[in-house]
Amino acid sequence: MAAICSLFIINKSGGLIFYKDYGSAGRMDTNDSLRVASLWHSMHAISQQLSPTVGCSGIELLEADTFDLHCFQSLTGTKFFVVCEPGALHMEALLKVIYELYTDYVLKNPFYEMEMPIRCELFDLNLSQAVQKDRVALLGR
Amino acid sequence: MPTVGPRSGDAIFANVDRVNAELFTLTYGAIVCQLLTDLEEVEEVNKQLDQMGYNIGTRLIDEFLAKANISRCVDFKETAEMIAKVGFKMFLGVTASVTNWDVEGTCCNIVLEDNPLVDFVELPDTCQGLYYCNVLCGVIRGALEMVSMKTEVTWVRDVLQGDDSYELQVKLLKQVPEEYPYKDDE
Repeated sequence: MAAICSLFIINKSGGLIFYKDYGSAGRMDTNDSLRVASLWHSMHAISQQLSPTVGCSGIELLEADTFDLHCFQSLTGTKFFVVCEPGALHMEALLKVIYELYTDYVLKNPFYEMEMPIRCELFDLNLSQAVQKDRVALLGR
Repeated sequence: MPTVGPRSGDAIFANVDRVNAELFTLTYGAIVCQLLTDLEEVEEVNKQLDQMGYNIGTRLIDEFLAKANISRCVDFKETAEMIAKVGFKMFLGVTASVTNWDVEGTCCNIVLEDNPLVDFVELPDTCQGLYYCNVLCGVIRGALEMVSMKTEVTWVRDVLQGDDSYELQVKLLKQVPEEYPYKDDE
Protein backbone atom coordinates (compact mmCIF):
# COMPACT_ATOMS: atom_id res chain seq x y z
CA MET A 1 0.00 0.00 0.00
CA ALA A 2 1.22 3.43 -0.87
CA ALA A 3 2.46 5.70 1.86
CA ILE A 4 1.31 8.81 0.05
CA CYS A 5 -2.39 9.35 -0.59
CA SER A 6 -2.35 12.66 -2.37
CA LEU A 7 -0.29 15.69 -3.27
CA PHE A 8 -1.48 19.30 -3.49
CA ILE A 9 0.26 22.44 -4.70
CA ILE A 10 -1.36 25.78 -3.97
CA ASN A 11 -0.26 29.17 -5.23
CA LYS A 12 0.33 32.15 -2.99
CA SER A 13 -3.27 33.32 -3.21
CA GLY A 14 -4.62 29.95 -2.10
CA GLY A 15 -5.71 28.58 -5.45
CA LEU A 16 -5.14 24.91 -6.16
CA ILE A 17 -2.73 24.62 -9.08
CA PHE A 18 -1.93 20.92 -8.87
CA TYR A 19 -3.62 17.87 -7.38
CA LYS A 20 -2.78 14.21 -7.72
CA ASP A 21 -3.94 11.20 -5.77
CA TYR A 22 -2.10 7.93 -5.34
CA GLY A 23 -4.03 4.76 -4.67
CA SER A 24 -7.64 4.50 -3.64
CA ALA A 25 -7.44 5.83 -0.09
CA GLY A 26 -8.50 9.44 0.23
CA ARG A 27 -9.46 9.92 -3.39
CA MET A 28 -11.63 12.97 -3.96
CA ASP A 29 -13.35 14.76 -6.77
CA THR A 30 -12.35 18.15 -8.15
CA ASN A 31 -14.66 20.11 -5.89
CA ASP A 32 -13.42 18.39 -2.75
CA SER A 33 -9.80 18.88 -3.67
CA LEU A 34 -10.39 22.59 -4.28
CA ARG A 35 -12.14 22.82 -0.95
CA VAL A 36 -9.32 21.09 0.91
CA ALA A 37 -6.77 23.36 -0.76
CA SER A 38 -8.47 26.58 0.21
CA LEU A 39 -9.26 25.29 3.69
CA TRP A 40 -5.63 24.42 4.22
CA HIS A 41 -4.51 27.80 2.90
CA SER A 42 -6.72 29.58 5.44
CA MET A 43 -5.82 27.26 8.32
CA HIS A 44 -2.17 27.79 7.55
CA ALA A 45 -2.64 31.56 7.62
CA ILE A 46 -4.62 31.44 10.86
CA SER A 47 -2.03 29.20 12.52
CA GLN A 48 0.64 31.78 11.73
CA GLN A 49 -1.34 34.46 13.52
CA LEU A 50 -2.34 32.29 16.47
CA SER A 51 1.11 30.88 17.10
CA PRO A 52 2.81 32.16 20.25
CA THR A 53 6.16 31.82 18.49
CA VAL A 54 7.40 35.00 16.85
CA GLY A 55 8.01 34.62 13.14
CA CYS A 56 6.12 31.34 12.91
CA SER A 57 5.86 30.15 9.35
CA GLY A 58 2.68 28.10 9.73
CA ILE A 59 1.74 24.46 10.25
CA GLU A 60 4.30 21.99 8.95
CA LEU A 61 2.72 18.77 10.13
CA LEU A 62 -0.83 17.85 11.01
CA GLU A 63 -1.25 14.43 12.65
CA ALA A 64 -4.67 12.80 12.60
CA ASP A 65 -5.84 9.28 13.49
CA THR A 66 -5.98 8.08 9.92
CA PHE A 67 -3.53 10.32 8.09
CA ASP A 68 -0.63 12.75 8.40
CA LEU A 69 -0.44 15.98 6.43
CA HIS A 70 3.02 17.39 5.76
CA CYS A 71 3.26 20.91 4.41
CA PHE A 72 6.17 22.85 2.97
CA GLN A 73 5.89 26.51 2.07
CA SER A 74 8.56 28.09 -0.12
CA LEU A 75 9.74 31.64 0.61
CA THR A 76 7.81 32.79 -2.43
CA GLY A 77 4.55 31.60 -0.87
CA THR A 78 3.80 28.48 -2.87
CA LYS A 79 2.64 25.63 -0.65
CA PHE A 80 3.25 21.94 -1.27
CA PHE A 81 1.51 19.40 0.90
CA VAL A 82 1.10 15.65 0.96
CA VAL A 83 -1.49 13.56 2.75
CA CYS A 84 0.07 10.25 3.77
CA GLU A 85 -0.29 7.29 6.10
CA PRO A 86 0.23 8.09 9.76
CA GLY A 87 3.89 7.97 10.66
CA ALA A 88 5.19 7.89 7.07
CA LEU A 89 8.82 8.97 7.10
CA HIS A 90 10.95 11.31 5.01
CA MET A 91 8.06 13.41 3.78
CA GLU A 92 9.96 16.69 4.30
CA ALA A 93 12.68 15.40 2.00
CA LEU A 94 10.12 14.30 -0.57
CA LEU A 95 8.46 17.73 -0.50
CA LYS A 96 11.85 19.34 -1.09
CA VAL A 97 12.37 17.08 -4.08
CA ILE A 98 8.94 18.01 -5.41
CA TYR A 99 9.78 21.71 -4.98
CA GLU A 100 12.92 21.22 -7.07
CA LEU A 101 10.95 19.37 -9.75
CA TYR A 102 8.47 22.27 -9.76
CA THR A 103 11.27 24.80 -10.31
CA ASP A 104 12.78 22.65 -13.06
CA TYR A 105 9.80 21.44 -15.03
CA VAL A 106 7.08 23.96 -14.30
CA LEU A 107 8.67 27.36 -13.78
CA LYS A 108 11.27 26.86 -16.50
CA ASN A 109 8.64 25.95 -19.05
CA PRO A 110 8.27 29.26 -20.91
CA PHE A 111 4.66 28.46 -21.78
CA TYR A 112 3.64 27.92 -18.19
CA GLU A 113 1.84 30.96 -16.83
CA MET A 114 2.76 31.77 -13.27
CA GLU A 115 0.13 31.06 -10.60
CA MET A 116 -1.99 29.07 -13.06
CA PRO A 117 -2.90 25.35 -12.89
CA ILE A 118 0.04 23.12 -13.76
CA ARG A 119 -0.33 21.11 -16.93
CA CYS A 120 3.19 20.01 -17.72
CA GLU A 121 3.85 16.45 -18.86
CA LEU A 122 7.50 16.54 -17.91
CA PHE A 123 6.55 17.51 -14.39
CA ASP A 124 4.02 14.65 -14.16
CA LEU A 125 6.57 12.20 -15.43
CA ASN A 126 9.38 13.21 -13.10
CA LEU A 127 6.98 13.48 -10.21
CA SER A 128 5.75 9.90 -10.59
CA GLN A 129 9.36 8.76 -10.77
CA ALA A 130 10.21 10.60 -7.57
CA VAL A 131 7.18 9.19 -5.76
CA GLN A 132 7.91 5.72 -7.11
CA LYS A 133 11.49 5.93 -5.88
CA ASP A 134 10.22 6.98 -2.50
CA ARG A 135 7.93 3.95 -2.41
CA VAL A 136 10.69 1.56 -3.42
CA ALA A 137 12.89 2.99 -0.70
CA LEU A 138 10.02 2.46 1.70
CA LEU A 139 9.57 -1.18 0.73
CA GLY A 140 13.28 -1.75 1.21
CA ARG A 141 13.15 -0.69 4.84
CA MET B 1 15.30 17.34 10.87
CA PRO B 2 18.54 19.27 11.31
CA THR B 3 18.59 22.55 9.45
CA VAL B 4 21.29 22.65 6.86
CA GLY B 5 22.87 25.90 5.81
CA PRO B 6 22.90 27.22 2.27
CA ARG B 7 24.93 25.30 -0.26
CA SER B 8 27.82 27.12 -1.86
CA GLY B 9 27.37 28.59 -5.31
CA ASP B 10 30.39 26.61 -6.53
CA ALA B 11 28.87 23.29 -5.52
CA ILE B 12 25.62 24.01 -7.33
CA PHE B 13 27.39 25.40 -10.39
CA ALA B 14 29.41 22.17 -10.61
CA ASN B 15 26.22 20.10 -10.56
CA VAL B 16 24.00 21.71 -13.17
CA ASP B 17 23.79 21.02 -16.88
CA ARG B 18 25.77 23.53 -18.86
CA VAL B 19 25.88 24.79 -22.41
CA ASN B 20 28.80 26.11 -24.39
CA ALA B 21 29.59 29.61 -23.08
CA GLU B 22 29.91 31.01 -26.60
CA LEU B 23 26.47 29.77 -27.56
CA PHE B 24 25.09 31.57 -24.51
CA THR B 25 26.99 34.77 -25.22
CA LEU B 26 26.08 34.79 -28.88
CA THR B 27 22.41 34.06 -28.16
CA TYR B 28 22.26 36.99 -25.78
CA GLY B 29 24.03 39.18 -28.33
CA ALA B 30 21.53 38.20 -31.01
CA ILE B 31 18.63 39.11 -28.72
CA VAL B 32 20.08 42.54 -27.91
CA CYS B 33 20.76 43.28 -31.58
CA GLN B 34 17.30 42.18 -32.61
CA LEU B 35 15.79 44.43 -29.96
CA LEU B 36 17.86 47.35 -31.26
CA THR B 37 16.56 46.71 -34.76
CA ASP B 38 12.97 46.33 -33.62
CA LEU B 39 12.75 49.14 -31.11
CA GLU B 40 15.32 51.55 -32.57
CA GLU B 41 15.57 53.65 -29.39
CA VAL B 42 18.38 52.69 -26.99
CA GLU B 43 16.23 53.73 -24.05
CA GLU B 44 13.44 51.38 -25.15
CA VAL B 45 15.91 48.53 -25.48
CA ASN B 46 17.14 49.13 -21.94
CA LYS B 47 13.54 48.99 -20.75
CA GLN B 48 12.76 45.85 -22.71
CA LEU B 49 15.87 44.05 -21.45
CA ASP B 50 14.92 44.96 -17.90
CA GLN B 51 11.40 43.62 -18.45
CA MET B 52 12.74 40.38 -19.91
CA GLY B 53 15.04 40.01 -16.94
CA TYR B 54 12.14 40.66 -14.59
CA ASN B 55 10.16 37.82 -16.17
CA ILE B 56 13.15 35.52 -15.79
CA GLY B 57 13.77 36.59 -12.20
CA THR B 58 10.24 35.86 -11.03
CA ARG B 59 10.72 32.25 -12.11
CA LEU B 60 14.38 31.84 -11.28
CA ILE B 61 14.02 32.79 -7.63
CA ASP B 62 12.36 29.49 -6.76
CA GLU B 63 15.12 27.50 -8.36
CA PHE B 64 17.65 29.56 -6.46
CA LEU B 65 15.87 28.94 -3.15
CA ALA B 66 15.30 25.26 -3.85
CA LYS B 67 18.73 24.33 -5.11
CA ALA B 68 20.77 26.55 -2.82
CA ASN B 69 18.72 25.47 0.19
CA ILE B 70 18.32 29.00 1.43
CA SER B 71 16.23 29.97 4.40
CA ARG B 72 14.90 33.42 5.16
CA CYS B 73 17.56 36.15 5.29
CA VAL B 74 17.54 38.26 8.46
CA ASP B 75 18.15 41.56 6.71
CA PHE B 76 18.83 43.15 3.36
CA LYS B 77 22.58 42.91 3.95
CA GLU B 78 22.38 39.15 4.09
CA THR B 79 20.16 39.15 1.01
CA ALA B 80 22.71 41.15 -0.98
CA GLU B 81 25.52 38.83 0.12
CA MET B 82 23.45 35.82 -0.94
CA ILE B 83 22.86 37.28 -4.39
CA ALA B 84 26.52 38.13 -4.86
CA LYS B 85 28.10 35.04 -3.35
CA VAL B 86 25.61 32.30 -4.22
CA GLY B 87 23.34 33.66 -6.97
CA PHE B 88 25.90 34.99 -9.41
CA LYS B 89 28.10 31.97 -8.90
CA MET B 90 25.27 29.51 -9.37
CA PHE B 91 23.78 30.99 -12.53
CA LEU B 92 26.66 32.78 -14.24
CA GLY B 93 29.68 31.10 -12.71
CA VAL B 94 31.18 34.45 -11.69
CA THR B 95 32.13 35.83 -8.33
CA ALA B 96 30.73 39.12 -7.16
CA SER B 97 31.29 41.24 -4.09
CA VAL B 98 29.13 43.69 -2.21
CA THR B 99 30.46 47.18 -1.50
CA ASN B 100 29.42 50.74 -0.77
CA TRP B 101 26.69 50.21 1.80
CA ASP B 102 24.82 53.34 2.76
CA VAL B 103 24.21 54.09 6.44
CA GLU B 104 20.65 52.73 6.51
CA GLY B 105 21.74 49.46 4.98
CA THR B 106 19.23 49.71 2.16
CA CYS B 107 21.48 50.47 -0.78
CA CYS B 108 24.64 48.76 -1.95
CA ASN B 109 26.70 48.07 -5.01
CA ILE B 110 27.48 44.64 -6.40
CA VAL B 111 30.75 44.42 -8.30
CA LEU B 112 31.13 41.63 -10.85
CA GLU B 113 34.64 40.34 -11.29
CA ASP B 114 33.86 38.91 -14.67
CA ASN B 115 30.92 39.13 -17.02
CA PRO B 116 30.36 36.29 -19.47
CA LEU B 117 27.61 38.21 -21.31
CA VAL B 118 30.04 40.67 -22.85
CA ASP B 119 32.78 38.47 -24.30
CA PHE B 120 33.36 39.70 -27.89
CA VAL B 121 31.17 42.80 -27.42
CA GLU B 122 32.25 46.25 -28.57
CA LEU B 123 29.59 48.93 -28.40
CA PRO B 124 29.36 51.05 -31.54
CA ASP B 125 28.99 54.84 -31.21
CA THR B 126 25.33 54.57 -32.19
CA CYS B 127 24.60 52.61 -29.02
CA GLN B 128 25.78 55.10 -26.45
CA GLY B 129 23.64 54.82 -23.35
CA LEU B 130 22.79 51.18 -23.96
CA TYR B 131 23.06 49.05 -20.86
CA TYR B 132 24.00 45.90 -22.68
CA CYS B 133 23.56 43.67 -19.63
CA ASN B 134 20.40 45.33 -18.38
CA VAL B 135 18.74 41.92 -18.27
CA LEU B 136 20.68 41.24 -15.05
CA CYS B 137 19.08 44.24 -13.34
CA GLY B 138 15.67 42.89 -14.24
CA VAL B 139 16.49 39.42 -12.97
CA ILE B 140 17.50 40.72 -9.54
CA ARG B 141 14.48 43.04 -9.36
CA GLY B 142 12.07 40.27 -10.35
CA ALA B 143 13.59 37.72 -8.02
CA LEU B 144 13.52 40.03 -5.00
CA GLU B 145 9.97 41.11 -5.72
CA MET B 146 8.84 37.49 -5.33
CA VAL B 147 10.25 37.45 -1.82
CA SER B 148 8.46 40.71 -0.99
CA MET B 149 11.23 43.23 -1.58
CA LYS B 150 10.66 46.11 -3.96
CA THR B 151 13.99 47.18 -5.34
CA GLU B 152 15.51 49.41 -7.95
CA VAL B 153 18.53 47.96 -9.75
CA THR B 154 20.71 50.03 -12.06
CA TRP B 155 24.11 49.86 -13.66
CA VAL B 156 26.58 52.33 -12.19
CA ARG B 157 29.69 51.14 -13.97
CA ASP B 158 30.03 49.26 -17.22
CA VAL B 159 33.28 48.36 -18.94
CA LEU B 160 31.52 48.69 -22.30
CA GLN B 161 30.85 52.35 -21.47
CA GLY B 162 34.50 52.92 -20.63
CA ASP B 163 34.47 52.27 -16.87
CA ASP B 164 36.91 49.93 -15.21
CA SER B 165 34.47 47.39 -13.76
CA TYR B 166 30.92 46.06 -13.84
CA GLU B 167 28.97 47.45 -10.96
CA LEU B 168 25.28 47.23 -10.16
CA GLN B 169 23.46 49.34 -7.63
CA VAL B 170 20.71 47.61 -5.68
CA LYS B 171 18.43 49.89 -3.73
CA LEU B 172 15.74 48.56 -1.42
CA LEU B 173 12.64 50.72 -1.86
CA LYS B 174 10.33 48.94 0.52
CA GLN B 175 9.67 45.61 2.08
CA VAL B 176 6.12 44.51 1.47
CA PRO B 177 5.04 42.59 4.55
CA GLU B 178 3.49 39.21 3.85
CA GLU B 179 0.21 40.07 5.43
CA TYR B 180 -3.16 39.12 4.17
CA PRO B 181 -4.93 41.94 2.43
CA TYR B 182 -7.79 42.07 4.88
CA LYS B 183 -8.23 43.09 8.49
CA ASP B 184 -9.48 40.77 11.20
CA ASP B 185 -12.69 42.70 11.78
CA GLU B 186 -13.72 43.02 8.17
